[in-house]
Amino acid sequence: MKKLFREFFKGVIKENPTFVLALGLCPTLAVSTSVVNAVGMGAAATFVLMGSNAMVAMIKNNIPAKIRIPCFIVVIATFVTIVEMVLKAYTPGLNRALGIYVPLIAVNCIVLGRAEAYASKNTLMNSLFDGLGMGAGFTLALTLISSIREYFGSGKIFGYALSHKFEPVSIFGMPSGALLVIGILLILFNRLKGRKS
Amino acid sequence: MNAGQFLTIFISSVFIYNVILSRFLGLCPFMAISKETKPALAMSLAVTFVITASSMITWLIYRFLLLPFGLAYLRTVSFILVIAAFVQFVELVIRKVSPALFRFFGIYLTLITTNCAVLGVAVLNIDMFFADGRAVAGSFYYSIFQGICTGLGFSLAMLLMSGIRERLDLCDVPKTVKEIPLAFIIASIMSLSFLGFNGFKF
Repeated sequence: MKKLFREFFKGVIKENPTFVLALGLCPTLAVSTSVVNAVGMGAAATFVLMGSNAMVAMIKNNIPAKIRIPCFIVVIATFVTIVEMVLKAYTPGLNRALGIYVPLIAVNCIVLGRAEAYASKNTLMNSLFDGLGMGAGFTLALTLISSIREYFGSGKIFGYALSHKFEPVSIFGMPSGALLVIGILLILFNRLKGRKS
Repeated sequence: MNAGQFLTIFISSVFIYNVILSRFLGLCPFMAISKETKPALAMSLAVTFVITASSMITWLIYRFLLLPFGLAYLRTVSFILVIAAFVQFVELVIRKVSPALFRFFGIYLTLITTNCAVLGVAVLNIDMFFADGRAVAGSFYYSIFQGICTGLGFSLAMLLMSGIRERLDLCDVPKTVKEIPLAFIIASIMSLSFLGFNGFKF
């Protein structure tokens, strides 16, 4: 049990996929305009990560080593298709907001990266928790970035107005704001890392 | 199918919705390979070629295989596999036919398999040029053209970025900001200037 917790927390902080490993940045930037979108994207990616990690861990001994990457891709894309259909059926609004970034979870490097680097070498339970942890870390990073962007860009969080004291800086809601926020966050993370070592 | 539509596609996919600076597709190669101009050029050419060809292939597959058999929901799975297989195939052919070209492209071609811009454009083509399960008139040509233009947009951003970063090599930047964070900040400013093209909307 303790080990499973370690697998989980590793993905949240020490090996955070976004800030530490710098993987899967495309969706991070594109859907972080509002916190609701970000959480939806995080949940979708977490589901795909858990599903593909579990599946890969189960079939790892039956896949020939040479064609393992295409096999992983098919597994991942299948889970992405499930997510796509569920989102379309139950949350059409979110599906519209996320747009093409839902199918693009399939080429998110976090998912393939975990399948190749972790799930193909570890047991089912460990891989499941690794997927959950990585998904949580990804969601956390997305929530952080989108909170900053939504707050400064429109003065709201989760659509609720928090402050009327300043004029919203609309640039934060635009693509260039996303790049700026992540650039500054990366500098902060580098600074923290530098201080520790 | 008319010339105006082509112009709209050109302007919107090269400038307004630039694949990197506005849609955020293909950021990984953009950050990793834009340190020097020559590799950046090789990557841009490879990406443009693959995006164009895969736009064509995925359109054909969607129109003649997935739609008639009611398999439209298999779009993601099939596109990803086709693109991966296609890239592998091109790599094999180039290695056999022209070793010089292979040395020029080398690893960049392999890397494209996981480039989200390629799948992104394929999915966008389907979203934009198919309505109610049927192809819009001229959608095949629109798709290919959108592929080419997206590739051009990618190349434009890539070359601009590599030019800037080459010059920045000579500057003295704080260690915490160096490399990736700096690249993000530059990209942010570039994206800001591309925002000006929004006025072109028509």
